[in-house]
Amino acid sequence: MKFVDDYRDPTRLKTQLAELRKLITRRWVIMDVCGGQTHGLLRHGLEQALEDVLELVHGPGCPVCVTPAEAIDDAVELAKRPDVVMTSFGDMLRVPGRRGSLLQARARGSDIRIVYSPADAVQLAVKEPAKHVVFFAVGFESTAPATALAVLQARQLGLTNFSLLANHVRVEPAMRAVMQLPGNRIEGMLAAGHVCTVTGFAHYSAFVDQFRVPVVVTGFEPMDLLAGLTGCVRLLESGEPQLCNEYSRSVRPKGNVHAQRLIDEVYCVATVPWRGFREIVDGGLVIRPALRDFDARSRFGLAASLFSSDGDCQSGDVMTGRIKPIECPLFGNPCTPDNPVGAPMVSSEGACSAYYRYARPIEVRT
Amino acid sequence: MSDLSRQNDGPGCPILSEDDGERITLAYGEGGRLSRRLIRERMLTRFSNDELNSLGDAAFLTPESRQLAFSTDGYTVTPLFFPGGDIGKLAVFGTTNDLSVSGAIPRWLSLSLIIEEGLPWSVLDRVLDSIQSASAIANVTIVTGDTKVVPRGAADKLFITTSGVGEVIEPSPPGARSLQPDDVLIVSGPIGSHGAAILCAREKFDFDPLPISDCAAISQPLISLYLARFTPRAVRDATRGGVAAVLHEWADASGLTCIINESAIPVTDCVRGICELLGLDPLNFANEGTFVLATPSELVESTLEILRKHSVTNQANVIGRVKPRRDNPVLVVRGIGREVVLDEPSGSPLPRIC
Repeated sequence: MKFVDDYRDPTRLKTQLAELRKLITRRWVIMDVCGGQTHGLLRHGLEQALEDVLELVHGPGCPVCVTPAEAIDDAVELAKRPDVVMTSFGDMLRVPGRRGSLLQARARGSDIRIVYSPADAVQLAVKEPAKHVVFFAVGFESTAPATALAVLQARQLGLTNFSLLANHVRVEPAMRAVMQLPGNRIEGMLAAGHVCTVTGFAHYSAFVDQFRVPVVVTGFEPMDLLAGLTGCVRLLESGEPQLCNEYSRSVRPKGNVHAQRLIDEVYCVATVPWRGFREIVDGGLVIRPALRDFDARSRFGLAASLFSSDGDCQSGDVMTGRIKPIECPLFGNPCTPDNPVGAPMVSSEGACSAYYRYARPIEVRT
Repeated sequence: MSDLSRQNDGPGCPILSEDDGERITLAYGEGGRLSRRLIRERMLTRFSNDELNSLGDAAFLTPESRQLAFSTDGYTVTPLFFPGGDIGKLAVFGTTNDLSVSGAIPRWLSLSLIIEEGLPWSVLDRVLDSIQSASAIANVTIVTGDTKVVPRGAADKLFITTSGVGEVIEPSPPGARSLQPDDVLIVSGPIGSHGAAILCAREKFDFDPLPISDCAAISQPLISLYLARFTPRAVRDATRGGVAAVLHEWADASGLTCIINESAIPVTDCVRGICELLGLDPLNFANEGTFVLATPSELVESTLEILRKHSVTNQANVIGRVKPRRDNPVLVVRGIGREVVLDEPSGSPLPRIC
């Protein structure tokens, strides 16, 4: 556990926290883009320790949260077919669509199984040739190489009973969408370290030039998060909107070229619906036409939804920093992790779930 | 036995998908000659005692103490065998541990099996052997039992129910309602091992090393504590929902707040690593031989001294304190010393996406 303990050492954390507080002269508004960072900040008490001096806004970087309800409806519908085994990561099962969640569909008799890797879904297709195995693929560029590899494996094995219900999304276009919103208050961004491990970060130079805000590539352990925040505050205080990498133990400027090639081989960039945004230009990855046999939407004739409808959930306002999760009128009543109105309350990466778990205000405590 | 089994051994029989020997058929649960043969050959040979051997409809118990404790639990774990244990060991220790944490010495056990048609005899024998050795370790006698065989699909391989009766040592722990501010919270050993072991076995995760379930009898250290009159306010084995669920129950029952210190909680590197990888918290993982105990602060040293003498609790540690009610029922002090809310576990832990 060396690689965890080194980045959680209380003495080092306290020193770094004190240094950061000394740097701050005004209450900057900084967005951590990734849900893993949101949870890290709240779980380790960093946000609570900084709330008097910094405003942290939790961005649209939770893949489960931004998956449109319509995509979950598609998965629920497909799973009703007796010949289909629907597979997904556990996180996805509790997220409500408009007609319930996959967990509820499973209770009604659909064959829905949790897998830990898309490759496990391919193996399932090998083992159960009479069934069609669909992998419900969500996630950013950090997850897309693994689902791309699953498609390529299935093709190599000559499988005709495996496909993806793909809802992959891209981080940078979402960050752009946030910056372009009317009334945007974000002054600095922490970029998601694991996505940059795949994509690299050189492409953020154009983002920094366009929006004149610092972007700091940041990891997930408490020391990483403090380093990212410190880097971002330093750039803000000196008035230099620059690009900086505070997660160099994992992230290279050009990223993981092999993983990028896998993504390119299977997916192309497309404008897709996002929960909370209706749609984001170039915000997603769709399966290339040449591989349509592995695209569940094509195989089963599902129409791609054009826009995301969010019902009563204010996830868009939460993920763009217009409101804090606790300012949503549904927070805690009726929206709780056991009875979620929207995905950010149920996903383990969701901002609402992070506040509910680690920073719930007194009036909504049970 | 073999006559009937052979009828099912023919080609095309759906039961024999794997070559692991002869299978149990429905006839063994139908109460006639074959049922009696199963009991005689497989149960009485292992669990022989006067009460059981009489094959009566009820067992007669002769307690020495004024008060008895009575507990029951059903066991449906999949897979049946996992690193550190199996369903049989679990069925004995799970129920005897419930008696132990309630202040009783486990004495008598009932054993009820629901067997799915087609279970290999070799699997049943392995489980029964395990029940035999676990009963010896927990020092309980199996005095009554029942066996049913149900059609394929009506159960998942093997379900076990055990009920246990124990003799209460007075004074017994008064329970969570008696918690007082400044009481000390102790955990008896590394947490989360059972939940992690089952998860890895079920999902065939290939971690090296694999986590090993803590499945064990906790009666010895607890009986030592009770007999030494270091009676805790409350003891609870932290099974489903883990330590987090116990602390929430105690906070609710007492109207107080439990505050624990993350760095004081024993967790093996292996379990921590798995939790980090999957985005799960060992505080929510099940245990099967690890308990949480609350005791007045003046009893902490003597309590730890006794617990640490027993191998099953030799890593016992103080993890926190009970405090007057705060805004939240359970708080964890993490890294930088901030108190962070510990949410009550809900449903089984589902791993995250990225």
